[in-house]
Amino acid sequence: MDALNVFIKAAFIDNMILAYFLGMCSYLAVSKTVKTAFGLGLAVIFVLGITVPINWLLNTYILQDGAIVEGVNLVFLRLILFIAVIASMVQLVEMIIEKVSPSLYNSLGIFLPLITVNCSILGGSLFMVSREYEFGTSVSFGLGAGLGFFLAIVAIAAIREKLKTAAIPPALRGLGMAFILTGLMGLAFMSLMGIDPAAFN
Amino acid sequence: MAQDTQQLAEAEKKEPAFGFGKEERQLLTDPLNDNNPITVQVLGICSALAVTSQVYPSLIMAVALIFVTSFSNLIISMLRNSIPGSIRMIVQLLVIAGLVQVVEIVLGAFAYSAYESLAVFIGLIITNCIVMGRLEAFAMANKPWRSFLDGLGNGIGYGVVLVAMAIVRELFGKGSFMGWKVMPDAYIANNLMVLPAASLFIIGIFIWIQRSLNPKLVDVS
Repeated sequence: MDALNVFIKAAFIDNMILAYFLGMCSYLAVSKTVKTAFGLGLAVIFVLGITVPINWLLNTYILQDGAIVEGVNLVFLRLILFIAVIASMVQLVEMIIEKVSPSLYNSLGIFLPLITVNCSILGGSLFMVSREYEFGTSVSFGLGAGLGFFLAIVAIAAIREKLKTAAIPPALRGLGMAFILTGLMGLAFMSLMGIDPAAFN
Repeated sequence: MAQDTQQLAEAEKKEPAFGFGKEERQLLTDPLNDNNPITVQVLGICSALAVTSQVYPSLIMAVALIFVTSFSNLIISMLRNSIPGSIRMIVQLLVIAGLVQVVEIVLGAFAYSAYESLAVFIGLIITNCIVMGRLEAFAMANKPWRSFLDGLGNGIGYGVVLVAMAIVRELFGKGSFMGWKVMPDAYIANNLMVLPAASLFIIGIFIWIQRSLNPKLVDVS
């Protein structure tokens, strides 16, 4: 049940975008239409679901104090190793998708390589370390955080599509409005913070 | 021979190695308004928003970012002719990650309270899009000195917005500035300003003000 708690908490309560504001750049850049937002959201779920457990294994069995040899602490290599794993995973995912499903590859286009510099991916791995998850909960944390990103980006894309016809002051149109909207959505998401995931048991 | 030296002198005049002419000045001032990293390029929002509830951590963050952008620009610009295109993203990320690691170790040693309160956000400078964005857009195609200035300018443009946001948020959210009480006792702190959502409203309002003053930035679409 622990895994389910972590999943729900990561997706709704500690939402990457609306609670921590990680991954904002691609969130604002790719949310102009629902279709592209949907594709990016799926790719993020996939990459987060893979990289968080891999980085958990690396962190536990290689980097931690005395993990390889007694008295050797490689924690200072954490950031470099994590980002290298993420960059190579994104590259790998890109190659696999290109071979298996060219149509999906074409519809994702540039957004696939851009996931490397999406802060929520590295943020997921760093949160996994600072919250001291087990292997099982790190898998569900990765998937849950991805789902949270997916929900947020699809929601804002739908709102922005509707806003195209609204009467907004010209200086606020587009970017300014997107920021204020995200702030309002963040406030709305805060109401979920009072929910105790343990109550689902 | 005389012609050669004349040509050489002319080339030197065109692009002095460490000159500081009009173009160089523009590299520094452009990111402050017309090409601001946060309000115009919309890069690097990710790691910035969560640290701006108080002025002190924002200042530390701004200084760390100025250091990372300027030196990563400098290093990548020096290496730009020897990086193979297919692995350039990984090389860029490794240079950035190395610099960020230095910042993290230095902060942990000399400013532990800031290090604690910034926590994962120092590490997230690596994926701060503004660093990589400037590497791709500028350092890969320009000489080291000008790349350094570009990095410095963008870092400062970023830091200015960061600190301005932090001042507004701390003043209204806590009634203080850098921890000193400024507002009169009768002022009741507005808790909304301390919430992360407020930083989005403030950026939205900054963009609104900037675009009203500078109409060429307005979105036409």
